[in-house]
Amino acid sequence: MDFNVLLTDLPTLIGVIIGVPAVLAAYIVGGEYLVRRLPDKARPSVRPWIWVGPALALVTAFLVLPAVGTISTSLQDRKGNFVGLKNFATQLDGFPTGGAWIAIRDNVFWLVFYTLFVLAFGLILAVIFDRVPYEKIVKSLIFMPMAISSVALVVIWKFMYAYQPPGQAQTGTLNFLLNTVFHQDPRTWVQDTTPLLGLIPLNNLALIAAAVWGIVGFSMVILSAALKGIPGDLLEAARVDGAGEITIFRRVIFPLMMPTIVVVGTTLVIFALKAFDVVYAMTNGNYETDVLANRMYKLLYNSNDFPGASAVAVILLLTVIPVLIFNLRQFRAVEARR
Amino acid sequence: MSVAAAARTESTALRFSPRWITDRLGGFVLHVAVIGLTVAWVVPTLGLLVTSFRLPADIANSGWWTALAPPYKFTLDNYSQMLQASNLGTGFFNSFMISIPATIIPVTIAAFAAYSFAWMKFPGRDWIFLALVGLLAVPLQLTFIPVTTVFVKLGLTPQHLTSLGLPPFIPLWLAHAGYGLPFSIYLLSNFFRALPSDLFESAEIDGAGTLTVFFRIVLPLSVPALASLVIFQFLWVWNDLLVALIYVGGTASVAPVTVSLVNLVGSYGQNYQLLTAAAFFSMIVPLVVFLSLQRYFVRGILAGSVKG
Repeated sequence: MDFNVLLTDLPTLIGVIIGVPAVLAAYIVGGEYLVRRLPDKARPSVRPWIWVGPALALVTAFLVLPAVGTISTSLQDRKGNFVGLKNFATQLDGFPTGGAWIAIRDNVFWLVFYTLFVLAFGLILAVIFDRVPYEKIVKSLIFMPMAISSVALVVIWKFMYAYQPPGQAQTGTLNFLLNTVFHQDPRTWVQDTTPLLGLIPLNNLALIAAAVWGIVGFSMVILSAALKGIPGDLLEAARVDGAGEITIFRRVIFPLMMPTIVVVGTTLVIFALKAFDVVYAMTNGNYETDVLANRMYKLLYNSNDFPGASAVAVILLLTVIPVLIFNLRQFRAVEARR
Repeated sequence: MSVAAAARTESTALRFSPRWITDRLGGFVLHVAVIGLTVAWVVPTLGLLVTSFRLPADIANSGWWTALAPPYKFTLDNYSQMLQASNLGTGFFNSFMISIPATIIPVTIAAFAAYSFAWMKFPGRDWIFLALVGLLAVPLQLTFIPVTTVFVKLGLTPQHLTSLGLPPFIPLWLAHAGYGLPFSIYLLSNFFRALPSDLFESAEIDGAGTLTVFFRIVLPLSVPALASLVIFQFLWVWNDLLVALIYVGGTASVAPVTVSLVNLVGSYGQNYQLLTAAAFFSMIVPLVVFLSLQRYFVRGILAGSVKG
């Protein structure tokens, strides 16, 4: 371990911790000082721009302009000549296994299974944890993987999925259980492309399961809070009216939790579309487990194919558009109620 | 029925209480289900923890559960070897260098912007805010190519910055700030907006200026939201792999701990004993941050998501 780094960088770190907030506070105080010099009428129209200015500048620089730039790169060849939709044609060539199709298919698997599993587990855990006195402890334990980086998460799951040939002592937890409890041959979880129930290849499901394990705490905590937010007298009134518990869950609890479920679900859909870390570190997209984000990364850094990578990125953006529209609608509905 | 039992019945009846579930499963089965699920959830992490204290030969030949029975052969070798063999120490420090400023910058800037969106009127305010919400969904991958190009043109590369005597992490700080802002502004402005407007009116009557209202009223009242945002942003930056790989690359001197860990997986392959220790090592800080600020985290999330 190189301790010289500590000695040279520590002052920088301290300088930044003190310096950055100081600079930002000075900016806002200075800005306000200048605004006060202005005539009374001009103040309200200048002040807001000073307050939102830095945020808009950073967001424009890092999100808006690059997005526009990537879209234009995706329409050019490597030399910068306009080629129309040729890059997209290359990426979308050879359905169902050529080009980006495997990645698109796997992104659909992520979208469906990741979102559903995380929501379902989150809801179930929230409901049953609500009825035990040691709720806080079990919630913390379920939430713990949230604090773990996806890289460490992959190391953990490489242990779960470790494989030894049949007959040898299994070192992977899942294969050990499969062997001793269910008396079956061990499986190569992350390489096995056998479809499960004719739906989803086992290895894709294995990657998704690892990611689900990491994120369920997030949905559980938020859904549990929403569950606790439901007024007790509402449930009481429903009971007095003779509603059964299933009816209460379906007609009272579920509708009241719906806005929260939508918020969590939307976030999860975005996470699923952006899935990268687990795939990158577990299989790097081999064994037909590729996803769009990983494919883009490979095109960019392994093949130096800027236009191709841009095209994949734009495909990713296009898949997000429905979510975006949905988000905007939700936002407007909330705004309208204000 | 005793008084205590009657009181208990009443208190559970106030919450959602599917009595038929309780009746059919019984309290015992419920506890088994809760504990069973929790144990299942903890097993992967527990396996890693146990493995990180085992000898390499044992790790290769038997599962981690066998170590839980005597004879016990635990060791700290993996941790000391890992610290010597890899750049994890440097990576750990780099992660601090990256995460702390990359948390302070966006949270502060977002607080300014959110206050403006919540309590000031200006033309186009709602449209800009809508656009920000939309940006939440933009995949970061889309931005890497153009931003990298501009960074190289401006000389914002780790090598060039180091040669100028500046911290090599500036590109990462700015990038994480830019990427974190839409969410930060969204969360904070929802919270700021929920503050009672009487508060602002009475402050104005007392002659308080914009700055006084912001620093003396809005910020102190928003501590839960700010704290939860700090945890979110810190966890996200600390655990980030992709943005770091893109903007500072895999060079050991500037790589954060997540990148060092990935390099370790690559270069040591099946050397599980180092991997396990390294993975646990990288978790320590996020776990400490999370456990110490957990209560704020939960309350703050609600401000942004459950409202409305």
